[in-house]
Amino acid sequence: MIILFGMPVVQVLLFGFAITTDIKDAQIAILDKSNDYMTHEITNKLLSSGYFILGANLDKDDQIDKAFKKGNIREAVIFEKNFAEKIETEKKASVQIIADASDPNMANLLFNYSQSILMDYQRQLYKDMKFPLQIQVETQMLYNPELKSVYMFVPGTITILLMLISAMMTSISIAKEKELGTMEVLLVSPLKPFQIVVGKVIPYVILSCINAIIILMLSFFVLGMPVQGSLIFLLAETVLFIFMSLSLGIFISTVSQTQQIAMMLSMFVLMLPTILLSGFIFPIENMPVVLQYFSMIMPSRWFIIIIKAIMLKGSGILFLWKETLILVGLTLFFITMSVKKFKVRLA
Amino acid sequence: MLQSKYNHPIMRTILYIIQKEFRQLKRNRQMLPIIFIMPMVQLLILSFAATFEIKNTNLFIVDNDHSQLSRELTAKFKGSPFYTITGYSDDYNTAQKAVELRKASQILIIPTDFERDLYKEDKAKVQIVTDAINGSAAALTNGYALSIIRDFNVNLLVETFPSIDLKDPIDVRYSFWYNPKLDYTTFMVPGILVLLITIIGLFLCGMNIVREKEIGTIEQINVTPIHKYEFIAGKLIPFWIIALFELAFGLTLAKLVFNIPIVGSLELIFGVASVYLIAIMSLGLFISTLADTQQQSMFLSWFCMVIFILMSGLFTPIDSMPEWAKAINIINPIHYFIPVMRNVMLKGSNFADISKYFWPLVCYGFISISLAVWRYRKTS
Amino acid sequence: MPMSEIIQSTEVRESIIYVRDLVKRFGRFVANDHLSFDVYKGEIFGFLGANGAGKTTAIRILCGLSTPTSGQINVAGYDAYLQTEKIKQNIGYMSQKFSLYEDLSVEENFTFYGGVYGLRRKQIKEKTTLLLTRLDLLDERKTVLKALPLGWKQKLAFCVAIMHDPKIVFLDEPTGGVDPITRRQFWDLIYEASHNGITVFVTTHYMDEAEYCERVTIMVDGRIDALDTPANLKLKYNASSMNEVFLRLARTAKATGE
Repeated sequence: MIILFGMPVVQVLLFGFAITTDIKDAQIAILDKSNDYMTHEITNKLLSSGYFILGANLDKDDQIDKAFKKGNIREAVIFEKNFAEKIETEKKASVQIIADASDPNMANLLFNYSQSILMDYQRQLYKDMKFPLQIQVETQMLYNPELKSVYMFVPGTITILLMLISAMMTSISIAKEKELGTMEVLLVSPLKPFQIVVGKVIPYVILSCINAIIILMLSFFVLGMPVQGSLIFLLAETVLFIFMSLSLGIFISTVSQTQQIAMMLSMFVLMLPTILLSGFIFPIENMPVVLQYFSMIMPSRWFIIIIKAIMLKGSGILFLWKETLILVGLTLFFITMSVKKFKVRLA
Repeated sequence: MLQSKYNHPIMRTILYIIQKEFRQLKRNRQMLPIIFIMPMVQLLILSFAATFEIKNTNLFIVDNDHSQLSRELTAKFKGSPFYTITGYSDDYNTAQKAVELRKASQILIIPTDFERDLYKEDKAKVQIVTDAINGSAAALTNGYALSIIRDFNVNLLVETFPSIDLKDPIDVRYSFWYNPKLDYTTFMVPGILVLLITIIGLFLCGMNIVREKEIGTIEQINVTPIHKYEFIAGKLIPFWIIALFELAFGLTLAKLVFNIPIVGSLELIFGVASVYLIAIMSLGLFISTLADTQQQSMFLSWFCMVIFILMSGLFTPIDSMPEWAKAINIINPIHYFIPVMRNVMLKGSNFADISKYFWPLVCYGFISISLAVWRYRKTS
Repeated sequence: MPMSEIIQSTEVRESIIYVRDLVKRFGRFVANDHLSFDVYKGEIFGFLGANGAGKTTAIRILCGLSTPTSGQINVAGYDAYLQTEKIKQNIGYMSQKFSLYEDLSVEENFTFYGGVYGLRRKQIKEKTTLLLTRLDLLDERKTVLKALPLGWKQKLAFCVAIMHDPKIVFLDEPTGGVDPITRRQFWDLIYEASHNGITVFVTTHYMDEAEYCERVTIMVDGRIDALDTPANLKLKYNASSMNEVFLRLARTAKATGE
């Protein structure tokens, strides 16, 4: 089906161009009680930074809560009366920044950006003054100088798609045989169980490989994501992961009686945790320790590390042997468990 | 009693269908824990996992100065609860290796003559190198490092020139509303709750019609005088009830375990949730009518769901999306519901505030149900 | 819709299914090729033919499950193009592939279908007890269908089909895969239903079952090659069994290069 191939394309496009953790065009409300040249300059600076766009101009304090409740405004900036005058004469005036912290990350970032824009403006005002003992900080961003969030997402997307096809669809496909009763027919045929399973699984292997290649090509050509390390090594690890997912899918199918169950299990035990616990969107280091240990048994976590390392850092097997070994181990584990479960059924 | 033109009591038939669905669910031993327990477990685990907060950064120090000042600066980082020093060296290459091996995610480089330059020429440089694979995390840790250095700088000035007036002319006062502790779970839990009931709604309900197609029981249904919309309603309602139950259960957990505030009206939440569920389930049913096998149905649903979830503003900000992406969101029911959940729960928004999200959902529900009923053919 | 009256011997019989030139095409493949026949009220009408001859296609059209490509079709007085829902109110159906809910109990299946056909709760209870007693399966009323042997399941499917006393009951290969004793018992059920006034339209590929029907048609490659009582057909083709009749017809079809 077209969807099977369209899926990776769409996901890559989405991640590449639509979804980002960067901040852009956040709507802010300005409550300017002074309306003088300074507040206007500061407002202009804020609005031309690319981070903010004007959501509303307010005139009263009690309008702020309402503006937030409507859901569009993320931050309110309030200038007190006689701002410019106060700065010039008393060398002191205040700006209040109220952030809608229902999204704390956004609030934090927006506040940081706002503050640094304000500090910048201040520096400009006093640029001719000299201060002693200035420590100047040079910052450098490694591997991803433009802080492009796409680098975060592409490895995760590959992982999820592979898991979807290799694990989820495989588990459903085998569960289907069980559910419809055709499994018995296959089992009494001269085919060995091993052959049956392999036969069922081959189309998904091919599909996964094709999908993985499509994503890699797309992310390279369209998104500009580099592959610093060895392409062959990358593909090898990908194939390993595909086998791992397959073994996992087979295992799930051995414990599911119907397709619906296989799907739900895959969904809740594989997909959701993969998306949320594997380091795809949320960094593992920040999770509570318990969950960090938990994520260690998630194969997707290791695979994402491997891909990121190969693609962005150019790491070779020497750096990644530990993770690779873990994937191999997990694969063997699931295969063994599946075989055991299968034998129990036949006995 | 409502009678159709075929002299056929509508409500009764729908009730019989609902009764059958519930009976089937009850018999399905494996499904029951999956539907009821798993989502709650997921809620607990994932809410704890989903956070952008940086609790700790591993820092590698390259100190080429070995002066009193450089040691003081290092000590300041050491003393910060956000930092763990994982290595010292004179050599940048060692530091870079550490980053490659993921033993450190940030490097502080203090050049030779740091102290001397600062005191002699009032100007000295340091370098912060950050592993930026995770762009936004890098921005945050960069910010932390900068603020620590700035703090250090200010303290130094105050110690050296006690009478200096260092107060910034522009006094920035800030406050964080609705979530003053910047608690990330408060933000994520409503979202994850939406995610979970969406899965239950979209997948469970949707797969149902295809399952009957696959095992053949739909033949027997098609040959009875059951009306299309009776059948669809009978498929929708049981799962609608289950999903609302899950929502209630999830909200209770949210309050008890995570202490999420529920500022707004519960009736409003459930009211909009009801409409949302109808919209999303009808979508699932419509997909069901397009597919011949459960596999296909699942794949299609998954495809839609992933796109919708990612674009909905659940994990990433909608504002930052380009215009064409925002346009796609018009057909994304999740993107209407998430702000409702968040705004009503955390800010106490009322109906007027969220009506711009509500009415599209109503339209969506109408259209999806109509599509599902239209597509489902009793005569092929 | 007009009911045609055909004079056969000295009886005036009412036609409850009226089919003229029924054609069903799937792309280029013609599954039903200009079928024409009547089924009279109260009779047991057999639709015979080999697997793949087009029987199931035809029966699905008569039940309102499938739209014909062309032809005139009336079932129980209603048009098969525009009034399928009315047809469905008046018929019962048992499909070739078992299609009751295997994960529900006997009783639950009866309750569901009874309710769907508009029976009141008391009626459903009574009918269920009546039918289960007749099948001697009263003890199994709470058993999940999955656990029952095929023969019992088939009989139960038949009972569900006639539970609401339809005018016509359509049976598609009802005795497929069961032992001869169970088959015999099944036909007892069919006779009883017919005796109670239900017209029975049954397809089968077991030629010996043709003897149980009042009239039969034999389909070969989508066409009706014979339509008469079994006795007349055996005379016509000089055969001692319906099996022979069928073989003769099949050979003729082959000979004319179909």
